[in-house]
Amino acid sequence: MLKKPMRLEHKLDLSILIVFFSVFILFFIANPGVFSRFDIYYSFMSTIPFIAILALSVTLVVVLGMMDLSFPSVLAFSAWVFGTVFTNTGSMLLAVICCIAVGTACGFVNSILVVRIGVPSLVATIGSMFFWRGAVNMVARGRGISLVGAMDTFLFRAFVGRIGGVIPAQFLWMIAAALFFGVLLKRHRFGSHLLFVGDNEQSAAMMGINVKRVKTIAFMQVGACAAFVGILSTLEVTYFWPSQGQGYLMSALAAVFVGGTSVFGGMGTILGTFLGALLIGSLEAGIISSGLSGFWIQFIYGLLIMVSVSTYATMMKKRG
Amino acid sequence: MSDSAAVTDKQTTEYDKLLEMRDVHKSFGHVNVLQGINFHVNKCEIVALVGDNGAGKSTLIKTITGVHRPNKGEIYFKGKRITIHSVAQSRALGIETVYQERALADQQSMWRNMFAGREITNKLGIINVKKEKLETERLLRDSMGFTSKAITVDSQVMFLSGGEKQGVAIGRALYFDAELIILDEPTMGLSLSETKKVLDFTRSIKDHGKSAIFISHNFYHIYPAADRFVILDRGKIAGDVRKSEITQDDLVQKMENLARTGVFE
Ligand SMILES: Nc1ncnc2c1ncn2[C@@H]1O[C@H](COP(=O)(O)OP(=O)(O)OP(=O)(O)O)[C@@H](O)[C@H]1O
Ligand SMILES: [Mg+2]
Repeated sequence: MLKKPMRLEHKLDLSILIVFFSVFILFFIANPGVFSRFDIYYSFMSTIPFIAILALSVTLVVVLGMMDLSFPSVLAFSAWVFGTVFTNTGSMLLAVICCIAVGTACGFVNSILVVRIGVPSLVATIGSMFFWRGAVNMVARGRGISLVGAMDTFLFRAFVGRIGGVIPAQFLWMIAAALFFGVLLKRHRFGSHLLFVGDNEQSAAMMGINVKRVKTIAFMQVGACAAFVGILSTLEVTYFWPSQGQGYLMSALAAVFVGGTSVFGGMGTILGTFLGALLIGSLEAGIISSGLSGFWIQFIYGLLIMVSVSTYATMMKKRG
Repeated sequence: MSDSAAVTDKQTTEYDKLLEMRDVHKSFGHVNVLQGINFHVNKCEIVALVGDNGAGKSTLIKTITGVHRPNKGEIYFKGKRITIHSVAQSRALGIETVYQERALADQQSMWRNMFAGREITNKLGIINVKKEKLETERLLRDSMGFTSKAITVDSQVMFLSGGEKQGVAIGRALYFDAELIILDEPTMGLSLSETKKVLDFTRSIKDHGKSAIFISHNFYHIYPAADRFVILDRGKIAGDVRKSEITQDDLVQKMENLARTGVFE
């Protein structure tokens, strides 16, 4: 009798876990002074949540076998809305509501292009990526917005305050998002529908799953999450700037794929994306503090991505 | 979901035909696939739907199940007109289908496939995974007679044999206790023993007081199982005969005539 084979997704999760801890052990060996102290983890906790939340959210679209490249631009545009509403009304709550609403609406526009008009998602979101970046450049006229005035509001502390003086609040938001998306994908009806639609759209339709609705919600939640990260990253530095979010595109997507979610759809791992984001987000600091020059960073990024996706592709092939 | 949302209440709930299609048309672009279909299924009846490749059999059943919306015509279920054409609605009314394409998702586990589109959830939409797995397990062992130890409710569908996949598709239709079960070429690609299981199951539908539409190209499968034969030819109903009126040899003979001359006689 054959031994019951380990499920592919568990294998993927296991391999990313191994990679994650190996890399951290390497960092530790290379520079025990830095990695045994709290400071570096503090800086990770304040910066990694931005790409992590984006990556978690985009994972759902990737599970559908689709892509969203517009989220950094949506982030910037909604962050501009946030900054503008706040400076004009002085109301944090109103600014937050407007910002999330605008982000969600941007996601809805993507879904119209993809779901109703039938443009492939990669192409559609290249369009909206330029569109919203262009829009924010136009409305902001290249100028930033200072949000120092937001610092003594309750919501500021809730978003990016330091819990107990040491833990950045956004770190807790990231943990909450990871738990939320984990339950959503693997235990919620909506996640089941995402997996089914991503796996076989025709079958999903024949089983009564509202395919268009599932896709629409997937894009809208990316818009909402991009807006949310827009708020976090703006408040973290108490400043909005029009090129905000641009650095997040590749690192968030890299986190998704290093995590083991397949670009073909029908499968995805939230744990993978989460660890992928921690890895991608800590690599830069890790490389620098290991004594390697900054020139190594992209090289090692590339190597990590190539090796991990090759490993996953090999695993996929073997199971067939 | 309430039935009243899907049907108009003009008729009484008394009905003599479980399903009735009146003058149903369906076209894809310029291709008129269904041209004025009048078709019905009685209570406790197995209807065989036969016809050449491309005659429109699958399209016909997909207009019943809500995958396609008819361009014209009316569909009645239990005497009430169906006004909302969606798969979710037809399933809610008690129509379950085993599609020719099987409608499975290969990378997903058996239990996810079994409950796709109909998850057992709490109010927040959280799936009761334990219950779904248990029900799937029960269904596989008891109803579909899965014996292989290598297959569990967690197995991905892609690892199953053709017969086992069909077993999942049929088990799924069984589970939801439908009034009308539609089987589109359920024996396609199955071994003799697997085929026998499917045919036994089809006959058992009637014993439970339910009805079925059975599509197949194999008259040795159809004839013993069905009560009535409806012949579809290029989008039109070409014949409608009860089993008592025709022998198996005659049926085969007439189908051959139909293919040659275009007339069912
Ligand atoms: N979604 C669709 N779009 C366009 N044409 C379609 C579509 N579905 C079916 N057709 C066409 O309608 C015709 C009837 O197809 P259908 O699948 O109903 O035939 P069938 O009787 O089930 O055949 P078979 O015995 O081969 O399964 C075919 O010519 C097919 O190409
Ligand atoms: Mg067919």
